[in-house]
Amino acid sequence: MNDTVVPVLQADNICKSFSGQRILNGVSVGLRRGEIKTLIGPSGGGKSTLLQCLNCLVLPDEGAISLDGQQIDLANKRSLYQLRQQVGMIFQEFNLFDHLNALDNITVALRKVKKISRAKAEERARLELDQVGLADKADLYPAQLSGGQKQRVAIARALAMDPQVLLLDEPTSALDPELTGEVLAVIRSLAGKGMTMLMATHQISLISTLADEILFMEAGVIVEQGEPAQLLSPGCGSKSAGFCDRLTEIAEGDCAC
Amino acid sequence: MQAQINAVIDAFPYLLIGAVNTAVIVLAAMGIGLVIGVLVAVGLVYGPRWLRFLLAAYLWFFRGVPILALLFLFYFGLFPYLNIQMNALAAVAVVLGLTTGAYQANIFRGAIQSLPRGQFRAASALGMSDATAIRTIILPQALRLSIAAWSNEYSIILKDSALAFVIGAPEIMARAQFVASRTYQHLPLYLAAALLYFVLTWAGVTALRKLEQKMRIPGYSGEESS
Repeated sequence: MNDTVVPVLQADNICKSFSGQRILNGVSVGLRRGEIKTLIGPSGGGKSTLLQCLNCLVLPDEGAISLDGQQIDLANKRSLYQLRQQVGMIFQEFNLFDHLNALDNITVALRKVKKISRAKAEERARLELDQVGLADKADLYPAQLSGGQKQRVAIARALAMDPQVLLLDEPTSALDPELTGEVLAVIRSLAGKGMTMLMATHQISLISTLADEILFMEAGVIVEQGEPAQLLSPGCGSKSAGFCDRLTEIAEGDCAC
Repeated sequence: MQAQINAVIDAFPYLLIGAVNTAVIVLAAMGIGLVIGVLVAVGLVYGPRWLRFLLAAYLWFFRGVPILALLFLFYFGLFPYLNIQMNALAAVAVVLGLTTGAYQANIFRGAIQSLPRGQFRAASALGMSDATAIRTIILPQALRLSIAAWSNEYSIILKDSALAFVIGAPEIMARAQFVASRTYQHLPLYLAAALLYFVLTWAGVTALRKLEQKMRIPGYSGEESS
């Protein structure tokens, strides 16, 4: 019952600078259970850095992060490790472990982090691979998989940890257009199952149909925030609408050639 | 001609034990170097600044001083000074181990740094501690990439081990020289010594290439090369 009130993941006033340059300038974002938010905006606006701050792959200079209402002690490595187990991350460039086959990419964290037996871990891994439609690819190594298949393994790997929240950093941007569909389908099915997600994406279909809320980020600040129906309505003059129109134009331009 | 052949045949068992000693020195040195190399490489890449500074000093010292000077320094200088009793064979293994450790550290450091940064980040994102990520994700990949360079290092250390002769370790060179000086059959005996070094090099390098093939990750280039 509390779930609707207390955000699963809440970040307040996150600031981050790299070599004197401010990348994030006081960003706050909260995700309630089952909520899906998309993060859009121009490159270099801080989307990626924000996502990485949320599971402390990048430590914020200032600000607070809470999981289930519990504030994370950013100075304590152990509490960071625990946060990351609860907050899954999908990368643009997949980052599968190159020396492990698809199955072991999933089992390795189950065994080394969650200390689950090999047999149990493999059982779970096969289940997750089946969910993303790759049951028959368990023995293949990353170099033997297509981009779309790699990203689906990466999603299966994150889900096997039973995260409360999934952060996706442009999950389809490194894929050939004909391969994005299979990854989008997996993301849609996750949404259908009520997964809490925060996703940086340039994929119009995800932004307009999947998101409960759009966050438009520019120069390290969230400058617009609202429901897609509201922000993307024709003629409303929002930055988000303008941005999405340009994305559509680019996509159509791609199709023309 | 018969005299030369006889000299080698008579001395061969004696030289062969020398070859076994050489092999023991080299394997021990490479083993010591492997442990040192991996630890130092991890420290150099992931350690705090003061540790990196300390490890860099170790690298500079062992890469900057000739092995012959190191052997004298340790065997005649440092070990007696510290009251460490060590026979010549063990001393050579330790000195060569410390030296190759410095070179191996650089091999492994290069391999670790050549891995995409995303590998470590993905491991962290799954909740792995830094130590677990290094052990289960980074090192298995870095060590695979290092085998070719490691095999170079093996053949270099094998040949450097001939210097052990100057502190009287009973290895190939010392024994060949001992027999040659008594029989005056220098040419055949040193040829025999050269042959033994060559066989040891060939055996090690071949074994390491087999290992490299066995450990290769499926799907990567180089699949067909033998």
